[in-house]
Amino acid sequence: MAAAAAGAGAGAAQEKQFPPALLSFFIYNPRFGPREGEEENKILFYHPNEVEKNEKIRNVGLCEAIVQFTRTFSPSKPAKSLHTQKNRQFFNEPEENFWMVMVVRNPIIEKQSKDGKPIVEYQEEELLDKVYSSVLQQCYSMYKLFNGTFLRAMEDGGVKLLKERLEKFFHRYLQTLHLQSCDLLDIFGGISFFPLDKMTYLKIQSFINRMEESLSIVKYTAFLYNDQLIWSGLEQDDMRILYKYLTTSLFPRHIEPELAGRDSPIRAEMPGNLQHYGRFLTGPLNLNDPEAKCRFPKIFVNTDDTYEALHLIVYKAMSAAVCFMIDASVQPTLDFCRRLDSIVGPQLTVLASDICEQFNINKRMSGSEKEPQFKFIYFNHMNLAEKSTIHMRKTPSVSLTSVHPDLMKILGDINSDFTRVDEDEEVIVKAMSDYWVVGKKSDQRELYVILNQKNANLIEVNEEVKKLCATQFNNIFFLD
Amino acid sequence: MGEEDYYLELCDRPVHFEKANPVNCVFFDEANKQVFAVRSGGATGVVVKGPDDRNPISFRMEDKGEVKCIKFSLENKILAVQRTSKTVVLPEKRSLKLLKSQNINVNWYMYCPEGAVILLSTTVLGNVLQPFYFRAGTMSKLPKFEIELPAVPKSVKLNLSERDIAMATIYGQLYVLFLRHHSRTSNSTGAEVVLYHLPREGACKKMHILKLNRTGKFALNVVDNLVVVHHQDTETSVIFDIKLRGEFDGTVTFHHPVLPARSIQPYQIPMAGPAPVTSQSPVPCKLYSSSWIVFQPDIIISASQGYLWNLQVKLQPIVNLLPDKGRLMDFLLQRKECKMVILSVCSQMLSESDRATLPVIATVFDKLNHEYKKYLDAEQSYTTALEAGQSRSSPLLKRPARTQAVIDQSDMYTHVLSVFTEKKDMSHKFVIAVLMEYIRSLNQFQITVQHYLHELVIKTLVQHNLFYMLHQFLQYHVLSDSKPLACLLLSLESFYPPAHQLSLDMLKRLSTANDEIVEVLLSKHQVLAALRFIRGIGGHDNISARKFLDAAKQTEDNMLFYTIFRFFEQRNQRLRGNPNFTPGEHCEEHVAFFKQVFGDQALMRPTTF
Repeated sequence: MAAAAAGAGAGAAQEKQFPPALLSFFIYNPRFGPREGEEENKILFYHPNEVEKNEKIRNVGLCEAIVQFTRTFSPSKPAKSLHTQKNRQFFNEPEENFWMVMVVRNPIIEKQSKDGKPIVEYQEEELLDKVYSSVLQQCYSMYKLFNGTFLRAMEDGGVKLLKERLEKFFHRYLQTLHLQSCDLLDIFGGISFFPLDKMTYLKIQSFINRMEESLSIVKYTAFLYNDQLIWSGLEQDDMRILYKYLTTSLFPRHIEPELAGRDSPIRAEMPGNLQHYGRFLTGPLNLNDPEAKCRFPKIFVNTDDTYEALHLIVYKAMSAAVCFMIDASVQPTLDFCRRLDSIVGPQLTVLASDICEQFNINKRMSGSEKEPQFKFIYFNHMNLAEKSTIHMRKTPSVSLTSVHPDLMKILGDINSDFTRVDEDEEVIVKAMSDYWVVGKKSDQRELYVILNQKNANLIEVNEEVKKLCATQFNNIFFLD
Repeated sequence: MGEEDYYLELCDRPVHFEKANPVNCVFFDEANKQVFAVRSGGATGVVVKGPDDRNPISFRMEDKGEVKCIKFSLENKILAVQRTSKTVVLPEKRSLKLLKSQNINVNWYMYCPEGAVILLSTTVLGNVLQPFYFRAGTMSKLPKFEIELPAVPKSVKLNLSERDIAMATIYGQLYVLFLRHHSRTSNSTGAEVVLYHLPREGACKKMHILKLNRTGKFALNVVDNLVVVHHQDTETSVIFDIKLRGEFDGTVTFHHPVLPARSIQPYQIPMAGPAPVTSQSPVPCKLYSSSWIVFQPDIIISASQGYLWNLQVKLQPIVNLLPDKGRLMDFLLQRKECKMVILSVCSQMLSESDRATLPVIATVFDKLNHEYKKYLDAEQSYTTALEAGQSRSSPLLKRPARTQAVIDQSDMYTHVLSVFTEKKDMSHKFVIAVLMEYIRSLNQFQITVQHYLHELVIKTLVQHNLFYMLHQFLQYHVLSDSKPLACLLLSLESFYPPAHQLSLDMLKRLSTANDEIVEVLLSKHQVLAALRFIRGIGGHDNISARKFLDAAKQTEDNMLFYTIFRFFEQRNQRLRGNPNFTPGEHCEEHVAFFKQVFGDQALMRPTTF
């Protein structure tokens, strides 16, 4: 809330701003209680739980009705969202007959009227449908990653099990939704790739292949450096959501002990291992403890196809993190963890420092430090590659942007425009003060640039963007 | 012991001569490698056979008493016969001239024809050796050196026998090999061979010690740069390779046998005689016989049986005797006939039954590519020197020899990798790991990877539907850009749509494929994009209007057609001062279409001044 309040400022001192907030979130299946009096059975999950039963039923019924009603106009694409003055509802049917609904309250400006009474003004047009629809889809993807499909839970233990799983997962997960800081990046759900030279990349390949060979139970491996992806053995869609989990949840929870202060408790917990910097981010904390628990998060991948359950082992040395995924039917033992530590630890430590060194050399050679800092967001739909110089490093709570929210909204609007047509497009917007916003779409790639130049005209802005493309994107086919 | 286990053999086409007996004396000339069979002092015939000439020389000479030694000069021009210890007879009358003389007390001498070096044993103990080097009719004295005897001799008498000394060229360097029957260090038993390096310039230096770990009667050969030590008591031989890593104590390197001791492969003597009459089975030859005489570098003569053999190393059996693949590669890469054996080792280590681990495979690839890179570098500097104007005939400029140890990408592809990737039972994970390991190794040695290897990777990934993996490899430019690769990617578009983008990116980076980019875009009906691209690179004055108009018409998008048509009208105006198309552009059909859709008045008017 603090971040949004800071953005408000300038105008009236009396104004108070409230960012968008989650009002309710529920999951239902209309087939589960088709008869009157049994409506409650439809509801699989409802947040907030304190809501009175009849209200729950009413709200679910309303959504059902809206979806049914709009279906008559567009059978293949029923309503995705409902705009009201106070809030916006988003609908998503991730599995047949399973509906997820998220209700978000519009941002509010509270003004003081002359007689001292507060006047609440709902900002109906602030929220972008695509952003929050994507957030809702992400909720499902994240649930599925750790729990498998709704249908599978039904098969395994009926409604009871499904309800338990939903409760367990969403109870915590909804608290981590930060609706006030959602933006274009949530639409993309992209992956940031770590730039690397060919030789170092091949070394990493070689490392992964060797590890998979020596730890024969490993089915898939993913490799990240600096929270950026280098290699994924998982398919793209699975990696996308796993990447989201790693970079917004797991990694931020584990600050590197090397960076922690000397007297920090994290440091004290470090096992006295002088050979390497490797440690488990999931699984056993201390390998020397014979009682150490080797419990790893379970994840589900390829759910459309082979439906595989895996243990997720995340192991990190300095800035390099490796995810080893092993078949869930194999229970990793402490011995296995020790072996993994002794094999992977030393090699990963060396590799991590190699990558760091090589990265610095490349940076110096390309002189990228000296380049003018453009503010841009790039996204490629084909490989989900995403790059933003607008966003600061993500923290577990909020993703901070360095530009005004109004500019971010323009980016979202341009993106919505691009979605409507298939052709390549270019949009240049003159925003408030001296800002220009440029959106370019070429084949499957999108680029958004924010420029702040005093008295610049359209031609100059166009030239600037060309310059940016020539320096940053000269090795891809990106139409001018 | 199966036949697969013997790693030494006698050549299968030995020189056969009449065996030594009271009336037939046999002599061997090391310089020409010729065997002389002298019957009855030459009166009933002398037969001379060399290893190469299949036509023996036969002649007769008067029997003037027992022949002590008989030799031809080089090219068989002059025959010299020695019958007493102080006279040498040249059957034809010739005059000899004393060119140079040295006055030294000599116990014995030894001459090495390959090195053109004579070694004289001097001093009472005989262990101070004085080498002389012959070159272009001159004789130069090299620094003398002392052979370290096993122990301080008890009596002052000749202690170094010529039987324990040999000279041979190993890896292009001349060595004096000394068979020391007892180690100087008391804690190790067994004989050893000490190698003294004898350079053309500078002092002779003790370099290597080959540990035999046994005692008894030994004989030495040098075959394919390997020192072979035969042991008569056990009737086995061992081999040493001084290029393999040994234990270096600061001055000399100690070596152990490369392989366990083995006998020379049993040999059958074909029954000689009038061929049609005899059909007797071959007789096994007695190996390590006391009548064997060994000459350098690789000659074994059995005077009693009448055979001269060259000793040979068989590489294939060694593959199974040397389990350490890294060491095996080091060994094989130094051998003359190694190529097919190395390739078979590579195939074997990738086979399901004998599969090596990835680190081992990586080591082998690195060793092969190290050798390959050395050759490429040599070739490169040769070409550079030629281009810099050095004459081809310059003695300093020699085209680098390509030995069998140079295993290039095409060899690996043809004999190993393409076969390996086609095996059905292979896990694709392993196949891809191996291919990536090979590509990694090539890159590490900065060798340009050939596109067919990249194609092999792509083929394997596509076969297993691993498109996302392929995408990642391309994203990091692991598969180098090339037109063939870009075309291959284009062909994959129907299975994997992103291949289209990958291909276009690649063509863009190649910067020599602009025509292809235009074709690709036009084929996708992206006419405007094609036009913008060609304009962006400044090529729009030279493109065919008809081609673009054709493509625009096919889209059935009239506004697009209008735009394209107008663009070319403007081009015509700019280039020729008139918006009309010339007959050579063959656009009549499109002009007619334009008029039909937009009307005559929509045509651009020539600008009038």
